[in-house]
Amino acid sequence: MQEEKQTSNDVKQIKKVLFLGSGALKIGEAGEFDYSGSQALKAMKEENIATVLINPNIATVQTSEGFADKIYFLPVTPYFVEKVIEKERPDGIFLAFGGQTALNCGVKLYQSGVLEKYNVRVLGTPVQAIMDTEDRELFVRKLDEIDVRTIKSEACDSVEGALAAADRLGYPVIIRAAYALGGLGSGFCDNREQLVSLVEQALSFSPQVLVEKSLKGWKEVEYEVVRDRYDNCITVCNMENFDPLGIHTGESIVVAPSQTLSNEDYHMLRKLAIKIIRHIGIIGECNVQYAFDPESMDYRVIEVNARLSRSSALASKATGYPLAFVAAKLGLGYGLFELKNSVTRSTSAFFEPALDYIVCKIPRWDLGKFHGVRREIGSSMKSVGEVMAIGRTFEEVIQKGLRMIGQGKHGFVENKGGDIADLDKALSEPTDKRIFVIEEALRRGYTVERIHELTKIDRWFLQKLMTIHQTNLELEEYDSLEAIPDSLMRRAKEQGFSDFQIGRAIFGDRMIKEGESLSLVVRDNRLQRGIRPVVKQIDTLAAEYPAQTNYLYLTYNGSQNDVDYKGDHRSVVVLGSGAYRIGSSVEFDWCGVNALLTVAKEGYRPVMINYNPETVSTDYDMCERLYFDELTYERVMDIMELELPHGAILSTGGQIPNNLAMRLDAAGVNILGTQAVDIDNAEDRNKFSQLCDSIGVDQPRWRELTSMEDIDQFVAEVGFPVLVRPSYVLSGAAMNVCSNEEELQRFLKMAANVSKQHPVVVTEFIQEAKEIEMDAVAQNGEIKLYAISEHIEFAGVHSGDATIQYPPQKLYVETMRRIKKISGRIAAALHISGPFNIQFLAKNNDIKVIECNLRASRSFPFVSKVSKQNFISAATRVMLGLNVDKPAKSAFDLDYVGIKASQFSFSRLQGADPVLGVDMSSTGEVGCIGDDTSEAILKAMLSVGYTIPKKTVLLSSGTARQKVDLLEPARMLHSKGYTIYATPGTQRFLAQNGVPAIEVYFPSEDKQPQALEMLHNKEIDLVINIPKNLTPKELSNGYKIRRAAIDLNVPLLTNARLASAFIRAFCEIPLSEIKIKSWDEY
Amino acid sequence: MQESKKAVLTLEDGTKFEGFSFGYEKPCAGEVVFNTAMTGYPESLTDPSYEGQILVTTYPILGNYGVPSAEKCSEANVCDYFESNRIHCEAIVCQDYSWIPSHWQSERTLSDWLKAEKIPGIYGIDTRALTKLLREKGSMLGKITFEGGDDIDFHDPNQENLIAKVSTKEVQEFGEGAKTVVLVDCGTKYNIIRCLTRRGVKVVLVPWDYDFTTIPYDGLFISNGPGNPEFAEETVKNIRKAMEIGKPICGICMGNQLLSKAAGAKIYKLKYGHRSHNQPVRLAGTEKCFITSQNHGFAVDNDTIPEDWEPHFINMNDGTNEGIRHRSKPFFSAQFHPEASSGPKDTEFIFDDFVKLL
Repeated sequence: MQEEKQTSNDVKQIKKVLFLGSGALKIGEAGEFDYSGSQALKAMKEENIATVLINPNIATVQTSEGFADKIYFLPVTPYFVEKVIEKERPDGIFLAFGGQTALNCGVKLYQSGVLEKYNVRVLGTPVQAIMDTEDRELFVRKLDEIDVRTIKSEACDSVEGALAAADRLGYPVIIRAAYALGGLGSGFCDNREQLVSLVEQALSFSPQVLVEKSLKGWKEVEYEVVRDRYDNCITVCNMENFDPLGIHTGESIVVAPSQTLSNEDYHMLRKLAIKIIRHIGIIGECNVQYAFDPESMDYRVIEVNARLSRSSALASKATGYPLAFVAAKLGLGYGLFELKNSVTRSTSAFFEPALDYIVCKIPRWDLGKFHGVRREIGSSMKSVGEVMAIGRTFEEVIQKGLRMIGQGKHGFVENKGGDIADLDKALSEPTDKRIFVIEEALRRGYTVERIHELTKIDRWFLQKLMTIHQTNLELEEYDSLEAIPDSLMRRAKEQGFSDFQIGRAIFGDRMIKEGESLSLVVRDNRLQRGIRPVVKQIDTLAAEYPAQTNYLYLTYNGSQNDVDYKGDHRSVVVLGSGAYRIGSSVEFDWCGVNALLTVAKEGYRPVMINYNPETVSTDYDMCERLYFDELTYERVMDIMELELPHGAILSTGGQIPNNLAMRLDAAGVNILGTQAVDIDNAEDRNKFSQLCDSIGVDQPRWRELTSMEDIDQFVAEVGFPVLVRPSYVLSGAAMNVCSNEEELQRFLKMAANVSKQHPVVVTEFIQEAKEIEMDAVAQNGEIKLYAISEHIEFAGVHSGDATIQYPPQKLYVETMRRIKKISGRIAAALHISGPFNIQFLAKNNDIKVIECNLRASRSFPFVSKVSKQNFISAATRVMLGLNVDKPAKSAFDLDYVGIKASQFSFSRLQGADPVLGVDMSSTGEVGCIGDDTSEAILKAMLSVGYTIPKKTVLLSSGTARQKVDLLEPARMLHSKGYTIYATPGTQRFLAQNGVPAIEVYFPSEDKQPQALEMLHNKEIDLVINIPKNLTPKELSNGYKIRRAAIDLNVPLLTNARLASAFIRAFCEIPLSEIKIKSWDEY
Repeated sequence: MQESKKAVLTLEDGTKFEGFSFGYEKPCAGEVVFNTAMTGYPESLTDPSYEGQILVTTYPILGNYGVPSAEKCSEANVCDYFESNRIHCEAIVCQDYSWIPSHWQSERTLSDWLKAEKIPGIYGIDTRALTKLLREKGSMLGKITFEGGDDIDFHDPNQENLIAKVSTKEVQEFGEGAKTVVLVDCGTKYNIIRCLTRRGVKVVLVPWDYDFTTIPYDGLFISNGPGNPEFAEETVKNIRKAMEIGKPICGICMGNQLLSKAAGAKIYKLKYGHRSHNQPVRLAGTEKCFITSQNHGFAVDNDTIPEDWEPHFINMNDGTNEGIRHRSKPFFSAQFHPEASSGPKDTEFIFDDFVKLL
């Protein structure tokens, strides 16, 4: 080490570095940047370099104690970053670890001279190289210099220019926006009309669009390339998209390594990637994406990402090569030859991993959650998360992966059939469901060739899918398990069939009701035949060198385990949270990581099971053993039977582990903390309601749905609106408010399809009630730690979308006292030992419980960090049976305020109505701390992309009550000199109350000025549009305005109470008065 | 699903791995070696350095892109897509075989090619477990037998002169140019010929034991080749004569070992050899590093390199020798494969360096 340090002179000069995070999770920028930032921070720690991190995403691991030395929960914008630089005076700054957000911010700071002014060195790839890759025209010119082919394209800064370019190139063309996240504002256009609408939208985000000739149907291949300052280069991994060009790589199923490239293909593209990285001058890591002709060796470079990316996170997990860690070290001036392979710890980091397995990434979409969204997938990203499956055949990984995405599928085959009217269209116009359309096509006798013609997916992949289909047909010929030959049973498992799938092939519809028990029958039968999976290591060198790696997966394609099991019952298995999706994301990764760290600290061996490549919990240095594998009952039991752990923690991974509680308990797994029967008592609405009745706790009236007559009777009793939902929900899946009979009928049909084992319930919906959350840790039924927080919005906005304030600022002492009391009673009744969360409604001092989860909730990292008490550590200690003391009363007495605000990604979801309801639609969140509510709100809102309006605000409010609510804020706007535009009703109301506003008209009215026109002309800085209620008719009234605001990138608020809070905040506090304080200064 | 015959790979220590046949069904025996490359089976199978060996691929899926044409030859007698005119290894072993390949250049399946060349191929083998065994115990002899077929004895290919077996029997000429390079064929890959002729030199390919000092040449190139370098004493003698002549000499793989022997260094057998596309080497005394393609079981002992020579490249994983160079004369070599094929092409500059010296 001594010698190495001397060769890297730069290391010594850098004492303190600044990292920029990527902010809230959003479509196109998700957990991968928590993972890469955390790794980079670990690399700095190893060098004893002080770190300052700016990231308002409070739920991340990187913003936890022990990662960065100073953490600022502030917006990643040039203004705030400059303020932090001014205060902290770092020597260097890293731009590559916070996605496009950090990169764009860094480029602006460089261009405005801020970095030079404060003498901050950009570490790693120089800013010029970043700009060369980000600006399309520069990029093409740069690659032309070395005769590397790029996609023929023309940069345009106007709609007219784009039309002319498209005419020259010939349709179809693809439109891309420069400097945009994950393909934002990109798309294919077959004609002039499509081009005009797309370009107009893209130009609202980006000063420049690119018009390119479409290469639909070509293969898409990526290389992850690393270069040090000595010009040494390696390609860590290549990846091939299952879906051909035309579908954004974030929307594609991706395999690593490539499967259909010959040696010549592979190495030609590899050599080019190295040539490119050298010419651009990357120091660290970059990603090169190619379009590759399936009929020749012709290629085009699609793009180069001069930073860590989603693909690089995937490549790290796929290979075990810690790209972010190495890139950070290279940024300090190290050479690759000075670093060690962190898996073998003996061989060099200058090498290219050899895989002896295949990985498959599958995106997770949540399009079903949005009203009006288009389901087609294409050149712009819509998926909210992803999974990675590891195995030793393609059949195995695709089936594993399709189970992992958690959308009720059992693999490629044996799923509930869908009705597909036009199969050819469904194949040629891909949606989020296309892979299952392929299965349907195979069932209907389509050949591989025909499917290839329609999809352009390489025949190799289709042939493998055909193999699965054929094995399935073979299985379906049997009507008893015993009759299946051993060879077929084994082959099915090698091709990734789950016990459930085999059961369905044999037992058919019996699986609908008896799925769990019959899967167990399959399992027993299989184990009797001695067919069980083996555990393999990921060691980066395909077993060529000995490696003490703990990075593991299970496969049926093998005969020997790579690891030995001690059977000493000293390991604790923590179940992770699976794919990020709406309602479950980085917050559960934080919970999982903290559970692992606490387990280790208390002398047990932490073991993690999870399959999300965007997470820190799946970093193999976070635990003693990492099983990168499924969180199904079948696979968890396979691991339990090998590990023989002390116990399992199910309460830190969200709903997926929680749902396994009863079955794992029945199988004899020691569930640590709250027992399965109590979890069931809380999850099962009937049982929970009885329990509440028995301890005198109030709930909104509800009833289980069995027949329409019962419902009508119940609704007659409580009146509309009512809330309809199935039990076992997370993020309000299939939950909705129904305001009339017609809606009720429609939603019941939908909800009943969601879960057949659990009945649907109808609940009275209380309007204008406050929503309050209790996050707590109890031990043997006694509460030890708690945090009460209040929603800014009234009940009716999903708690995952709501803006949450902790500690509460506007609750009666009496309300607080009663909430504590009720929570105590519930904790005792359910014998809670571990984390839990209760949601309450409060109206007129009436307090009702609406939900109770005996697991960590989404808000655990937020309340832990604001209160500076780690709720998960405490909960984990409880679950390990260690005593946890109650903190002193003063610990709950905070003289600052935390605000958690939600990040929405509506701009990505073409057509979706950006309105909030009982179903969750946010993709991420931030948490900011301020001296009072207004300061914290302002920081939080700026962090999720709102801007303070310059001059004009458009108001369009709904009900009389909402109009009243907005009156005071409107007055403030007026007195601050803002020009208020308002739709007719609102304008009249404001005028009657002495607030002048200019009348503008809805699109349905043929009068001037038109709201839409003003938005298009950029005459409005902020839109406040409050729908009256959630009926489709009401929603459609303001839809065009809301959607236009989103598409034209104008800040939009749709909730009166949040709008009021935000307006109050920016009217009360000028930007310059926002305090630049790090977490530890509160 | 194809019905395949059961096949068994038996190692000399008695370990058995059971799988299924996808190639020609005849018992075979040889030295079992593993390769961690993820692409390049047509190149590897036709690489003469694999003569006598049973090749185990650690990448689990094989045959994906089929087999390209054997007919296309841009250079007379040098087929474009292969490294020699036949498959050299005894058999190939993998986890999962792709029966139906997909690639625009594919003319037939790997299975059909193996059958045509009478080479067994088996799948369904835990090649990772097998590789770990070979790593721990070192390369082992092995044999493959088929259900209902004959047994066969173990056979150690390192006990015979494999170089003589694979070398050309007559002198051949390739390409045109003002300068002539003698290429000693110890089992050369076609790509060495291609890399030289592409640079505008005439290549005279000579048998391994041919006394090339009797013909005029501007440079000497010693090829790769299979097996134990001890059998090539004849070549070493000729190289010593060439060193007297003083014209540029370059050796690759076996060529590195023979040049080292000629210089006076010693050769030893590695425990399990380097066979992969990801071997890191460092240009001695510099900060320049390269990813290389390798395929060798023997290595030059760094400590026995004589005074007027020095290590040229060093393996960054295990510190073994990756080439030598003379301190004053134009003699140098590489243990890895700068001609790649299969593998990364990062070190092709070695051919440029050589041609510049002519």
